[in-house]
Amino acid sequence: MIDILAARQSQIHQKGDHPFDMVCEQPSLAGAVSQRACVFCGSRVVLYPIADALHLIHGPIGCAAYTWDIRGALSSGRELHRMSFSTDLSEREVIFGGEKKLYQALSELIDHYKPQAAFVYSTCIVGVIGDDVDAVCRRVSAERGIPVLPVHSEGFKGTKKDGYRAACDALATLVGTGPTAGIAPQSINILGEFNLAGETWMIRGYYERMGIQVVSTMTGDGRVDDIRRAHGARLNVVQCSGSMIHLARHMEQRYGIPFVRVSYFGIEDTSRALYDVAEFFGDAQLTDRARQLVSEEVSGILPRLREYRQALQGRRAAVYTGGAFKAFSLVRSLRTLGMTTVVAGSQTGNQEDYRLLRELCDEGTILVDDTNPLELSRFLQEQKVDLLIGGVKERPIAYKLGIAFCDHNHERKEALAGFQGMLNFAREVHSSVKSPVWRLARGTAYRRNPGDGERSSDDLLSASPAKEPVSR
Amino acid sequence: MISALSNPTKGPAFAASRNSCKLCAPLGACLAFRGFEGAVPFLHGSQGCATYIRRYTISHFKEPLDIASSSFGEAAAVFGGRENLRVGLENVVRQYAPQMIGLATTCLAETIGEDVPMLVRQVMGEMRGRVCPVVHVATPSFSGTHAEGFRAAVRATVDVLAQPGPRHAAVNLMPGIISPADLRYLKEIVADFGLESILLPDYSETLDGQAWDEYQRMPPGGTPLDAVRRSGAAQASIELGAWGDPERSAAGLLSARFGVQHIPLPAPIGVTHSDRFFAALERLSGRRTPQKHRDERGRLIDSYVDAHKYVFGKKAVVYGEPDLVLGLVGLLVEVGMAPAVCATGTRGVGLRQQIVAMAPELDSACILEGVDFVEIEQQARAAHCDLIVGSSKGYGMARRLGVPLVRVGFPIHDRIDGPRLLHIGYRGAQQLFDRMANALIEQSQDNSPIGYSYM
Repeated sequence: MIDILAARQSQIHQKGDHPFDMVCEQPSLAGAVSQRACVFCGSRVVLYPIADALHLIHGPIGCAAYTWDIRGALSSGRELHRMSFSTDLSEREVIFGGEKKLYQALSELIDHYKPQAAFVYSTCIVGVIGDDVDAVCRRVSAERGIPVLPVHSEGFKGTKKDGYRAACDALATLVGTGPTAGIAPQSINILGEFNLAGETWMIRGYYERMGIQVVSTMTGDGRVDDIRRAHGARLNVVQCSGSMIHLARHMEQRYGIPFVRVSYFGIEDTSRALYDVAEFFGDAQLTDRARQLVSEEVSGILPRLREYRQALQGRRAAVYTGGAFKAFSLVRSLRTLGMTTVVAGSQTGNQEDYRLLRELCDEGTILVDDTNPLELSRFLQEQKVDLLIGGVKERPIAYKLGIAFCDHNHERKEALAGFQGMLNFAREVHSSVKSPVWRLARGTAYRRNPGDGERSSDDLLSASPAKEPVSR
Repeated sequence: MISALSNPTKGPAFAASRNSCKLCAPLGACLAFRGFEGAVPFLHGSQGCATYIRRYTISHFKEPLDIASSSFGEAAAVFGGRENLRVGLENVVRQYAPQMIGLATTCLAETIGEDVPMLVRQVMGEMRGRVCPVVHVATPSFSGTHAEGFRAAVRATVDVLAQPGPRHAAVNLMPGIISPADLRYLKEIVADFGLESILLPDYSETLDGQAWDEYQRMPPGGTPLDAVRRSGAAQASIELGAWGDPERSAAGLLSARFGVQHIPLPAPIGVTHSDRFFAALERLSGRRTPQKHRDERGRLIDSYVDAHKYVFGKKAVVYGEPDLVLGLVGLLVEVGMAPAVCATGTRGVGLRQQIVAMAPELDSACILEGVDFVEIEQQARAAHCDLIVGSSKGYGMARRLGVPLVRVGFPIHDRIDGPRLLHIGYRGAQQLFDRMANALIEQSQDNSPIGYSYM
């Protein structure tokens, strides 16, 4: 069995008799093989979907190469965000400074691609060689006549969360620079929704069906001009609170725009989001329309969901997400499918998040902050997990152990938000948990639900796939 | 680098890289270190480097790839990363009990001027009793690509581990970045000649493994460190896909330090290049090429004949690491295709010189070093190419040009068989050729208004 490093033990908690006390929001422990990325990653994640802006990564090539067109963030128009631009600094620039190259790169790209704005991301070494990125941005902005926004995202200057903040700082300088004419009283900005597989369009559709105007979506299918006039909206609806709460707070302070925190994962949370927004406007008609929408949507997916639930009832899940807020939704969504969450963790949760997560989960659930492959594999085995929900880096850990997996990260190409997304989620989970391949892979299984693929090597040849309760 | 003059179709030069055709050096180093038994790759720098590289690599191999990091914070960047390195190495030793740690420095650590060899000596000196070799390689991404990081890491490993000794019959093989399936096949070939091979490195099992009972701290497989130690007394080193300064290769080092015969060869892709590899093995083993391989060669050539009209004169775009491009050009030329655009993101390779030496008729081809995908696409469009051969990163270009993409090399992020693709030897050439010919046939079939089902 894998031992937990002493320095990591305070970031792990098992719900039980002992009092809740969990350390989090710490820099990752060196050598522990954290699943976290860096400040740059946080900024890149938040700003990436703005499709008519130029995203220039200032530094050597790696940071740009690894973030080229890997996300499922869709655009309804221009797709400039799918390009990967880098100043590709070489040794000479590291010694003599990269400002000249940055200026030239930026000017050429703006002239060629004619973006509505440009974001310039500083990577690690920019913070060390001391380029005055702000000055270059100011100069190019003045010369080219578009906003050119520095994003202070040097990888080592904190964690992914600090990257969210740097991205929000850049957005904050855009907000408030556009006209607000034609914005209705019942209007919102959608924050923290990144249009993976078209999810923003789905969510936007819900609000529009209710009769609410959506001024801007940040940043899914994002447009610079929409963001510039976002201060004209009456309410900020913030999902994935970790990534964009900072901007919401800023807009509350600066423009008096209140915000609500929501999630669009699962029936419960999606419905609550729509009701909360309707309630904010205090308009009975809005609430009625929300109720009607929810009832239509839910009745549309419920029969199928019931079938999936029947097939998945009693299975045990582990959830490891970037932000903790998504973990709450996943625990609830899994419950909708009759599944229990027995391991729950996140890369960037805070004390309050974990307290809530603890309340939400059953006795015995392991909560973990900033975990790593070895710990995770131990928890998966200890807790006899049937399904892991995570991202690309977690996937092979599950698969190697013969455990089903559902990708719930930014690279996914399946819409999992909203009501339709809940059905897709159920299908995803079902298609992995009920796959017959585990019967073959688990000649080696350490355990399984009774009657589900548990067998000795003697009957290798007699195994046949189980009858599937749900046909696709 | 190629001048604008020899490339009339070249658009305006951009200072920026647009859709890079290279990756950073630490990625190559991690890949290489993964090919030594019980080795844990460790990046000295920010946490993000390890995580990005893991994700990128996992998406290709679909295998766990734990890469430790010293997780620099602001203090480390200002005052140095000694403490982070110490804690990191200690934790890795405790958690993984590795036989070796492959320590690559990122651009951050290199820029702040860390004296890593000294730090490692200090830290490992303090750790008493639990030490393992730490192989350090400097891989700042501002002075080299993943292809160079890979080579440098292999060289550094040999530098630390290889020992002199009485000469033995084993052959060192430096394969470059090839697939796990290629590596397994390479071992099979050498074994068929009755020779022991020391693969430097061998990630054929570590990055293309099987289901596990228990989570493995380190996946089984990789070249045993004892074999690496013995590489100093091997009868020869065959360096496949050799390019650039031999001083910078492991084979060059073994030759200079221990007098191990250095046999630099092109990547054995296609019949012509494979023949040279098999000939080298015949020489070293004193045996004829076994019948099995002669038969594979024969069938391959027979299929060349069967399909030659489908591929003749077809214009291909080839891109990737220098050794891969050179190898592929060899195959394309021998079947009568025209490599119209040959491109690599790496610089200083002498790609044109090497290609023209191999196939003088390609003097007028568009041969590019240090390029990005936007430029490759411009050239491909101008050349009216028929086929694209390279990693999955060329998919967007292929889609826009309406031309089939035959996926080879690394990364292949949009198919499931990347680790199992064969490129090298007669068997690999057979697969590549079949896939290329089929892609061209399929293209003309799909574009036909009639829809023949009989070709």
